[in-house]
Amino acid sequence: MKALLSIFLLFISIVSQAQTLEMAETMRSEGKIYVVIAVVLIILIGLICYLISIDRKLRKLEKELKN
Amino acid sequence: MRNWWKVAAIILLIYTVIGGFLVAVPKQVILYESIRNLYFHVPMWFSMIFLFLMSVVNSIKNLSSNELKYDIRAKELVNTGIIFGILGTITGSIWAKFTWGAWWVNDVKLNGSAITMLIYLAYVVLRGSLDDEQKRARIAAVYNIFAFVLLLVFIGILPRMTDSLHPGNGGNPGFNNYDLDNNMKLVFYPAVLAWILLGWWIASLKIRMSNLKQNSIE
Repeated sequence: MKALLSIFLLFISIVSQAQTLEMAETMRSEGKIYVVIAVVLIILIGLICYLISIDRKLRKLEKELKN
Repeated sequence: MRNWWKVAAIILLIYTVIGGFLVAVPKQVILYESIRNLYFHVPMWFSMIFLFLMSVVNSIKNLSSNELKYDIRAKELVNTGIIFGILGTITGSIWAKFTWGAWWVNDVKLNGSAITMLIYLAYVVLRGSLDDEQKRARIAAVYNIFAFVLLLVFIGILPRMTDSLHPGNGGNPGFNNYDLDNNMKLVFYPAVLAWILLGWWIASLKIRMSNLKQNSIE
């Protein structure tokens, strides 16, 4: 009986694996993908702020050199 | 609002990161979630090609007008383009490791892009090795046209003529074939625009810096 049950369970697991391709649905609902997005956004925004500050410094220099 | 396109770049980049992680993607074996690399790896190359194209335009302008400002623009556009090319190579290598199983394979597309990078590094070396400004501008401009033609051959044409592992080349379907509900295009096109604008922004800063340096010498 036990052996029969385990074979049945094995069969079910094989069938379910074949039918659905495991993506990250669970990861997105229960997991912490939003944490990753937050981290990447912080890095991105940080770099953009850096770019803007370089842009401003350059503009200042351009004005100074013109005068 | 002279800098509207910089604001657009920021908004599109933020959209790319959020949409790139959250919008549903087609389910594919081997690729799985790594299909999302499409929004980050591919635009690196598009940006590189765009910057190199703008560089050639400036090189041609330099040849027809003999004005040094176009030479400076061409130089900085190539410099920025090389950065994007290096990022494209590294990201592609990581992606290859976890889908094809190796950091590098001897594929036409990969070798072609590596040769292209070397060709553009040679542009930087060549231009840096000449002292006379006018001569330097001219030789660099002629070489730049030559380099861009080779880029088209090595990245655009040759990989499509033989078998290639790389999607979109040599009988291998591009990702648009998997993207049946056009969800990926919703993120991919804005992503391409976003990264191109970012590259253009960085290049413009470098050009202005170079111009300042040039003016301070004169």
